Amino acid sequence: MVAVRESREGFEPRITAFVCNWCTYTGADLAGTSRLQMAPNVRIIRLPCTGRIDPLFIVKAFERGADGVIVSGCHPADCHYSEGNYHARRRFALFRELIEFLGVDPRRVTFSWVSASEGAKWRDVVDATAETVRELGPFDAYRELAGRTACAS
Amino acid sequence: MARIGVFVCHCGENIARTVDAGKVAEDLRAHPGVVHSEDYKYMCSDPGQALIKQAMAEKGLTAVVVAACSPHMHEKTFRRVASASGLNPFLCEMANIREHCSWIHEDRVRATVKATDITRTIVEKVKYNQALDTIRIPVEKRALVIGGGIAGIQAALDLADGGAQVILVEKESSIGGHMSQLSETFPTLDCSQCILTPRMVEAYQHPNITLYAYSEVDAVEGYIGNFNVTIRHKARSIDESLCNGCGACTQVCPNKKIPSEFDCGLGKRTAIYVPFPQAVPNLPVIDRTRCARFLARARKITKEVCAKCADACTRGAIDFDQQDRLTTERVGAIVVATGYQLYNVGKSQPAGLKGYGEYGYGTIPDVIDGLQFERLASASGPTGGKILRPSDGKEPKTIVFLQCVGSRDSEKGIEYCSKICCMYVAKHTMLYKHKVHDGKAVVFYMDLRAAGKGYEEFARRAIEEDGAVYLRGRVSRLYREGDVIKVQGFDTLSGEPVVIDAEMVVLATAMRSQPGIEALAQKLSVSYDQHGFINEAHPKLRPVETNTAGVFVAGACQAPRDIPDSVAMASAAASKILGLFSKDQLEREPTVAMVNASLCAGCFHCERVCPYGAVEHLEIRDRKGVLVKVVAQVNPGVCQGCGTCEATCPSKSVELQGFTDQQIYAEINALNL
Repeated sequence: MVAVRESREGFEPRITAFVCNWCTYTGADLAGTSRLQMAPNVRIIRLPCTGRIDPLFIVKAFERGADGVIVSGCHPADCHYSEGNYHARRRFALFRELIEFLGVDPRRVTFSWVSASEGAKWRDVVDATAETVRELGPFDAYRELAGRTACAS
Repeated sequence: MARIGVFVCHCGENIARTVDAGKVAEDLRAHPGVVHSEDYKYMCSDPGQALIKQAMAEKGLTAVVVAACSPHMHEKTFRRVASASGLNPFLCEMANIREHCSWIHEDRVRATVKATDITRTIVEKVKYNQALDTIRIPVEKRALVIGGGIAGIQAALDLADGGAQVILVEKESSIGGHMSQLSETFPTLDCSQCILTPRMVEAYQHPNITLYAYSEVDAVEGYIGNFNVTIRHKARSIDESLCNGCGACTQVCPNKKIPSEFDCGLGKRTAIYVPFPQAVPNLPVIDRTRCARFLARARKITKEVCAKCADACTRGAIDFDQQDRLTTERVGAIVVATGYQLYNVGKSQPAGLKGYGEYGYGTIPDVIDGLQFERLASASGPTGGKILRPSDGKEPKTIVFLQCVGSRDSEKGIEYCSKICCMYVAKHTMLYKHKVHDGKAVVFYMDLRAAGKGYEEFARRAIEEDGAVYLRGRVSRLYREGDVIKVQGFDTLSGEPVVIDAEMVVLATAMRSQPGIEALAQKLSVSYDQHGFINEAHPKLRPVETNTAGVFVAGACQAPRDIPDSVAMASAAASKILGLFSKDQLEREPTVAMVNASLCAGCFHCERVCPYGAVEHLEIRDRKGVLVKVVAQVNPGVCQGCGTCEATCPSKSVELQGFTDQQIYAEINALNL
């Protein structure tokens, strides 16, 4: 995988998706049962609710070499836990302001609502994110920073 | 040190076609902590489960990862296998390499790499899994049924006969729903009220059923086995304990020209009224938006306007000052059976729907919908069962029926099939021909869908015995010319345009979800589709459950349903609930939050974000009883495990069992080893 990342030509983005168990995870299951073909670049981490997603998870993913991140849960008002997604929405509205400060192009982070019945929408989110991140190229800023720090010390 | 076993499933060809399961197992074998890794054709089968048990016994596994389908499919299966071999079930996790990998990719190399990634991620997670104990919670053996149509009545009766206490809530002033409006029912042509009204009375009189008519669900709190439901008893303006249903009040009411909702606008009612003679409970209600007294009050006119109903009532049951009343009921399970509404295809439409202006519904009086035809054909209807035109009261000699008005037409906003229209149109043609022997019934249809016991035979009878003329095609326009309605359509079988002079047109309009269903669904935390139909937990295997444990669904609020389907769903939901009530305690997954009291600083951010009010205050005192600090504590019976508290906690001292920070960071790190 690392070898592939060397050349921009054959660059395959690594995308980490944080999704809630009830809507988006189930929607992604539906995409599977419907055999909807999509980009194989996304790895899903299942959480009970978007409310459980700590913004530091996203930072950590980038630190560990992800080129893009998807955060997706139930539509507003449809949260399995009534209001977890509202807390998430508020949290990420603020976090979006910080992403750039952290040195990450905000286009690398996709926030979306995908319900359990929206298998096709999940496919579209995955494909669109993969395409955007592919165009942005690899996210190496943190890696380079780590390399520089290692040299300096 | 962890001793993890990895079991990769082929799922026959479902996974193995695009994922090299052998290679996934081999790659994982070299992963730190993995002491056993193998692949097999069907892991969920008996021999597959035996493989897991054998490996657990031989290698002393401390955790198990099954790379197969979605955890929503088989997590329970494999956790049971782990449990049967003496391992705590929460030390078993699934890696989803079917729905999230093999089914959505074709490139075998990349799919195999992805499957390995997914499995490795879960292996890293499971290293930090903790043994958890199932939580046991008490069950309140009472059920709430929302909606008093045929589905709600059936569910309530089955539950009550099974020994459970039932609260039946109906928003209208009488139970019965749409079925009480129907004249006769397909495919037997038995009278709808004859089969329904005895059940309505039975539900009303059943010692285990408490009926709250003219009431709505205001709020729902709690969880399976322990719901607290607030019910709004809307003000009827009648003291229910005094009224004996004599009907004297309705006879004296001077406002007699209000279109009756029960008769779909074809008949009239008074401002104080009983919706139909067989209403259960047989109690009147004052329509405060129509009653002269209330209208005067709204206009701040202090003079007492009209009190004829109160004067006529010998029992003093009329109460003009009655207010809505709220009560709370504690129930263990809920059935949603709120039914449907018909697509009103007139000019004004809600967002997303376009209506059929070209059909003149609402402007041409003799263009009516299916439910209005039911009222015309009903012996208890406004015409006493005679088929008469609403415009001039004449008997129509030619009726044109249009099927699929609104249904199966994504251009107009609804792509689904409403299921019942083919059958009820066939029934309408028969009812019409039985009443008007020289009448001509013409049906425009797209396809004739008559799947169901006795349905095809019934539809054939309409054509062969009762001479209904079926034309395959659509109608582009309806317009009035003198006394007739010109029906301009196209017969696709002969390839000819046709114009029919109809004296009445009946539109078989689509079934839609009830208005306000979204608000109710949100109160119950159940999901619904883009049309407002309640989502079932699984379309095939869990058709009457919803994604919220303890909330069930029956009838046309889930999808267009006919009477037999609705009744079957209602009985199914009732039997599910009786199964639930057969135990004194429920077992729940222990994925709940826990607070580390020594770290907690007592800021209570968690309390503010908790959707369930599960966070309590715990006072920590020293040996002398002096208060040291107040910290948060989670009530595991109330916590539902969303984890919002953990993401909010500044000191990271609350953890969601099964989804701890440690586990998630392990997953994130594993993705980029």
